[in-house]
Amino acid sequence: MAAWSGVALAGAVPRRAAAIMATNLPKGLAAGTLNEAVLDALPGKKPLIKLSWRPPNYETPIEYFRQPITPNDAFFVRYHLSNIPEMDAATWQLAVGGEGAAGTVVFKLDDLKVMPPAEIIAVNQCAGNRRGLFLPHVTGVEWGDGAMGCAHWKGVRLKDLLNRVGVKKEAIEIVFEGADGPVTTETPKFVKSIPLWKAMEETTLVAFEMNGKPLPHFNGYPARLIVPGWTGTYWMKHLVSIRAITKPEQSFWMKSAYRIPVGLFPAAGHFASQETAVNTPITEMMVNSLITSHHHGAIVAGAAPLVIGGVAWDAGYGVDVVELSFDGGRSWQRAKLGEDLGRYAFRPFSLALTPGWKGRLTVLARASNRIGQTQTSQLIQNPAGYHNNMIQSLTIEVT
Amino acid sequence: MKPAYIRVAAVTLLAGCCLAAAAAANEQSVELRPDAGRDAVEAHCAACHSLDYVLMNSPFPTAAQWDAEVAKMIKVFGAPIEDADARIIADYLKKNYGS
Repeated sequence: MAAWSGVALAGAVPRRAAAIMATNLPKGLAAGTLNEAVLDALPGKKPLIKLSWRPPNYETPIEYFRQPITPNDAFFVRYHLSNIPEMDAATWQLAVGGEGAAGTVVFKLDDLKVMPPAEIIAVNQCAGNRRGLFLPHVTGVEWGDGAMGCAHWKGVRLKDLLNRVGVKKEAIEIVFEGADGPVTTETPKFVKSIPLWKAMEETTLVAFEMNGKPLPHFNGYPARLIVPGWTGTYWMKHLVSIRAITKPEQSFWMKSAYRIPVGLFPAAGHFASQETAVNTPITEMMVNSLITSHHHGAIVAGAAPLVIGGVAWDAGYGVDVVELSFDGGRSWQRAKLGEDLGRYAFRPFSLALTPGWKGRLTVLARASNRIGQTQTSQLIQNPAGYHNNMIQSLTIEVT
Repeated sequence: MKPAYIRVAAVTLLAGCCLAAAAAANEQSVELRPDAGRDAVEAHCAACHSLDYVLMNSPFPTAAQWDAEVAKMIKVFGAPIEDADARIIADYLKKNYGS
């Protein structure tokens, strides 16, 4: 396993300082997070920022977001449970059925490859991306900015699979399971569902290709669910089972986890069968942006032109404005938007300026979308630390 | 140094899966503070996840939050931990990794 190359930290450097240097994680993370985070390469991956070894949770360094498509070998890795089998595409099977279906059909990878193809460029972002930047801190995987990526996914439409089997009119949700699971049978298996209306959308796919290649093992090989616009929790990896059901899915991962208080965040797409009086499953991503041209505390020469750039994204309404402020939010300047790769993709932005002076430059970035949603100026507190789309503030030292 | 039996247990659990076994080797670099209760944390918590989960989530949890985390691992995730050990684990976490 030569690919396992944990970066050794120099003994003379305090571990926390070494971790910040190695990973460039935001300093707002907890001290323990900054101490534990190291660059490490999983098999088939470039060195990413390791937050936990087992199960593996690795985020993408922000340098990889300087382009709108995230490379496969730099795409973030997120697992809840530690029993992750090696997958064999030749013997892999996907069973599509359930009590809300007319029967069961078992698909092999070759079966999917002769069906009408479908593809989309879409952002996959963990619901808890930037959880580590909540104050007060919230327990969980303490993500910085990198629990996300944007890829060109190719596979088949979920609705084509469901229509091959036949969905009963009583069906309300579609349930997904992957081949990975818990270490003990007492731990609830990671099971997720989406409402039937979302499952039948043209853009909801079962993908077996990512950026023109088979999916990396740690991103769900050989096939995973693609739910554009919705948070990563629904994008089931190592997909082996799809079931139509006529009553709401009762698993821990639907009833208790990945929930947000009702009414706290705007979302047009509701998951009515799972909603209670107090909370609702997290669904759509919030409009957001990230400056990727510079890290916090970057040092630049004041006489030279400076280009501030990054990416913006939302739930698929389409980002139409990104603004930057250099005076703490009193005035805003529109950034230039880059190539439009589709409404679910990262949208690059950039703004050039020549400071012409020395000192500390504070940059705020704020994205808005076509339906008028914009990033929040204050963090919206919620119990599990989801949907952090607070306007980012980055400082650059001009010398 | 960690007791040898912990390493054996972790490797046995993950035998047969070389990807995970490699992770088990790498996670041996995680070092919890030596104190009363560390053995219980290593023996029980590391059965399902690497111990950097503790360090990553520090030092901010309050005593009540560490109690809630331990209770969640037992009641929701089914960790087979007796009440006496659960108290030892929670006390260790509160003292060494709490706010």
